[in-house]
Amino acid sequence: MTSALNARVPAGSLETKWTRHRSEIRLVAPANKPKHHILVVGSGLAGASAAASLAELGYGVSCFCFQDSPRRAHSIAAQGGINAAKNYQNDGDSIFRLFYDTLKGGDFRAREANVYRLAELSVNIIDQCVAQGVPFAREYGGLLANRSFGGVQVSRTFYARGQTGQQLLLGAYQALSRQIGRGKVRMYSRHEMLDLVVLDGAARGIVVRDLVSGRLSSHVADAVVLATGGYSNIYYLSTNAKGCNVTAIWRAHKRGAAFANPCFTQIHPTCIPPTGHHQAKLTLMSESLRNDGRIWVPRSRGDGRAPNEVPDAERDYYLERLYPSYGNLVPRDVASRRAKEVCDEGRGVGPGGHGVYLDFRDAIARHGRHVIAERYGNLFEMYERITGEDPYQVPMRIYPAPHYTMGGLWVDYNLMSAIPGLFVIGEANFSEHGANRLGASALMQGLADGYFILPYTIGDYLAQAKLAPADASHAAFRQVEREVDERVQKLLAAQGRRSADQFHRELGRLMWDHCGMSRNAAGLRQAVERVRALRQEFWEDVYVGGVGADFNQALEHAGRVADFFEFAELMCHDALHREESCGCHFREEYQTPEGEAKRDDERFGYVAAWEFTGVGNPPVLHKEPLTFEVVHPSQRSYK
Amino acid sequence: MDLTLHVWRQAGAATAGRFVRYELGDVSPDMSFLEVLDLLNQQLIGRREEPVAFDHDCREGICGACGMVINGRPHGPRAATTACQLHMRHFPEGAEIWVEPWRARAFPVVKDLVVDRSAFDRIIQAGGFITARAGSAPEANAIPVPKGDADRAMDAAACIGCGACVAACPNASAMLFVAAKVSHLGLLPQGQPERAQRVLRMVEVMEAEGFGACSNHGECMAACPKEISIDFIARLNRDYLTSVFRHQPSEEGPDPAEG
Amino acid sequence: MRRLLSLSRSVVGKKVIMAVSGLILFLFVVGHLLGNLKVFEGAEKFNAYAEGLRTVGAPFFGRGQLLWIARIALLVSLVAHVWAALGVTLASRQARPVGYRYLETSETTYAARTMRWGGVLIFLYVVYHLLDFTFGRLNPSFEPGNVYHNVLASFARWPVSAVYIAAMLVLGLHVYHGAWSALQTLGWHRPPTDRWRRGFAAAVAGVIAGGYITIPVAVLAGVLR
Repeated sequence: MTSALNARVPAGSLETKWTRHRSEIRLVAPANKPKHHILVVGSGLAGASAAASLAELGYGVSCFCFQDSPRRAHSIAAQGGINAAKNYQNDGDSIFRLFYDTLKGGDFRAREANVYRLAELSVNIIDQCVAQGVPFAREYGGLLANRSFGGVQVSRTFYARGQTGQQLLLGAYQALSRQIGRGKVRMYSRHEMLDLVVLDGAARGIVVRDLVSGRLSSHVADAVVLATGGYSNIYYLSTNAKGCNVTAIWRAHKRGAAFANPCFTQIHPTCIPPTGHHQAKLTLMSESLRNDGRIWVPRSRGDGRAPNEVPDAERDYYLERLYPSYGNLVPRDVASRRAKEVCDEGRGVGPGGHGVYLDFRDAIARHGRHVIAERYGNLFEMYERITGEDPYQVPMRIYPAPHYTMGGLWVDYNLMSAIPGLFVIGEANFSEHGANRLGASALMQGLADGYFILPYTIGDYLAQAKLAPADASHAAFRQVEREVDERVQKLLAAQGRRSADQFHRELGRLMWDHCGMSRNAAGLRQAVERVRALRQEFWEDVYVGGVGADFNQALEHAGRVADFFEFAELMCHDALHREESCGCHFREEYQTPEGEAKRDDERFGYVAAWEFTGVGNPPVLHKEPLTFEVVHPSQRSYK
Repeated sequence: MDLTLHVWRQAGAATAGRFVRYELGDVSPDMSFLEVLDLLNQQLIGRREEPVAFDHDCREGICGACGMVINGRPHGPRAATTACQLHMRHFPEGAEIWVEPWRARAFPVVKDLVVDRSAFDRIIQAGGFITARAGSAPEANAIPVPKGDADRAMDAAACIGCGACVAACPNASAMLFVAAKVSHLGLLPQGQPERAQRVLRMVEVMEAEGFGACSNHGECMAACPKEISIDFIARLNRDYLTSVFRHQPSEEGPDPAEG
Repeated sequence: MRRLLSLSRSVVGKKVIMAVSGLILFLFVVGHLLGNLKVFEGAEKFNAYAEGLRTVGAPFFGRGQLLWIARIALLVSLVAHVWAALGVTLASRQARPVGYRYLETSETTYAARTMRWGGVLIFLYVVYHLLDFTFGRLNPSFEPGNVYHNVLASFARWPVSAVYIAAMLVLGLHVYHGAWSALQTLGWHRPPTDRWRRGFAAAVAGVIAGGYITIPVAVLAGVLR
């Protein structure tokens, strides 16, 4: 495994690495491409764009998603925008600046060469999406409009109202649909990947469950691509769609893929606060709201007045006070942590004191109501629909919520995991965002991976891989299918008293308390113990009901929760071992006197990639040192 | 609050369904309608009964997964609101609520409130795209698009593919769904080369899937959670008509680029 | 021709055929109304107008030739209209094999919901209307050529007038939804004027139904004698 952790970053200067690499990697001859079959799991931005692009190149592709249509993958919910270093605004943006912002925003815990490549490709993504008919916002002259987004000082974010993720996903979905219509991609909707099959050391297929009939089946290929998103739902309450889960990457991890930086989870600052115990998920509101909204809490604790009755002198615009140059636009991790801090001081607002105000009073006075309506109208409507309050009149209440996971399966420069032939793209991998992701960068990464990186790098693998012919009747496939079936039967057989949902809530609460926005050693140790105990209870006392050979949503959920239970332990381990604060990983023991994250580059300037050694056994740590050729890590400062 | 729910239960596509009555207490007005179903399901699981199957995912009104007819209206009584964003504060105390799946031949019931909407996917596969190979795109600002056109394209592109339009239509027609995609792509300069064949193919597949005819009732627009206008249906009709008479189909064959 | 055929096979195409044939029938309804209103100019002029329908086009056309061409065009339109309606109705019936317990409506109009039965009623009325005024079979004192007399004779009986008025109200509803629907089906829309289309359709339908209804009302009220 240690050798597998070679990042394979090409030689040469930062600016030329990708171009050179692209020219030097092996190619698959056009006539040979149809002979190679590739499985793409997930149909979000990364998965759909990869499946479409691979099919365009001529490969045989099968694509899987658990939703009823590939168009519903969770990328669809991204609101704010997508970054690209086009410098259309003439405000001094450049590829280097986007690269630097992303690396710095990630608190120097990402691989320099990957981030540079991402910034480089960002411009191609916009071209590609416009050509596909993505209706980006435009100026009156007909050219593309931009806005600025949290954590940066240039305007480089492209957007389609508050539905950028939806429009980009529909673009990729349509490209994918075209290939499905032409018979180049076989689409398996309502199919969930439940395991990976490794044969002679290479990923050769997957076992899936047809969610309608409950039937298990094996699919064989020359390479497997996981584009299965992130694991924020480990917290139960998150902004992720209900179906988002860790299962695909966790199973791949158990089969030998290293899991990198699992404790790097992002808590988004602008979500609608929960209202009660019934809450099934949290709703995010675009961070773009922070461009015009001002965040504040009352100066004094327990101030019960209505927000509009609190005079300016008694309001604490704490982000503007603490960070005069970035103000309300500080990166997400900082904004979230500061919100938690003022709430912990007892100055929070709304039910349970879990909230801070996001106030548009001044913006409406400055620009007029119609301008604010034009910019955020749909977000205001959404807020009103959920809370019953009108944000034009009363400040919004917001609170941080789990939103994105920077951690994921470890991949090399070619996006290949520690298992040869297993590629991981989009949120499911760990690569570009370090310890904190900047706003409008997730869409960029998913599409860069799917349209422009994987289609090249997978060819390099296929051109040299010596793969023996295999089919689904091979003993290895039979064996994995049997294991999957046994697990399904075990869940059904438990016949306990509590639903998987109840267990999931309990696990979520535990992780939020001890491995959430801020962490400490004692809490994490305690969490590991509790997770283990709860996991055991789960397997003894869960009640699923129904049968395996049917449309059984309780069974789907129970399987995902079971994997979260195993994964939770790894997450705590990682958080415990990283004795520093960086980005979203805030260890209370390691902070500056002003309460900022205190990084330790000496001891932790590496990617922590974990090897699975059995459920309940301590994982083995492999380090990929992060070397910076161009940028010199500095203490982040947004003051 | 207390509620009485009548939920359509159907074990599978081949079996008959029926309404089952459930009494539900302790419902918070802050709950979404889907959270009420969650609550019901938790109680059913507690009683070792089978929970109600329903599609849902993002719960933010954008993925289009959820959809059910609530008291005779797709996604319930609130305008521009999906079932997941419908909150119980809009129902009176003690309300009696009937919940049914989308009903259309083209959307067969999978189980309970879950229907198979893959017909929509097949319509898109027939032509709801712009062919643009990765890598071949021109510079994004090379073709300016008038803001009005871009805005109207976005109005149409806002469709979430939930199927409420079909569910609400007295004829179970899918015209609003098809019109939204045809208009979104047809309003943009990038969509012009394939415009005629797009509309012809999409309409052909739409009809083959067994959707009904548009009688211009406008119910689709009223049910659409994204308030997509039936003006786009007029646009689709015009596109279709001109395409039938003007379009010169290129010879059917493999993609020129792929041989 | 091949394209027309492909149009007729599709349901969207059938709607187009329904709209075009409907517009032809609509033009007839307008022309017929304008002609009928000549009844207010007195017996002589009205009868001359009726005769003129037969002699129009002379000397290029023989007596009644142009009228027959128009009648054939109307008949073809009618057949196309009904055939398209049947096709569209059938497609819609099949599209929802299992109905709702209850489906509320909000946007649709009474006119839209009654198009199918309204069409049947109008058809039945037209048959009666022809038997009354064209063939004279159901007219109490039919005098060929004396159209003015025939109209008065028939409408003097209040049940006939009542049925006529009812039929014209049904026609008005049918024209209201039909006109707006045809604009929609033929894709005649421009964003800024879209909101006027319904008002336009309502005005046209009101004028037509109202115009026709003035005649039996005038007969019953003794204005026409």
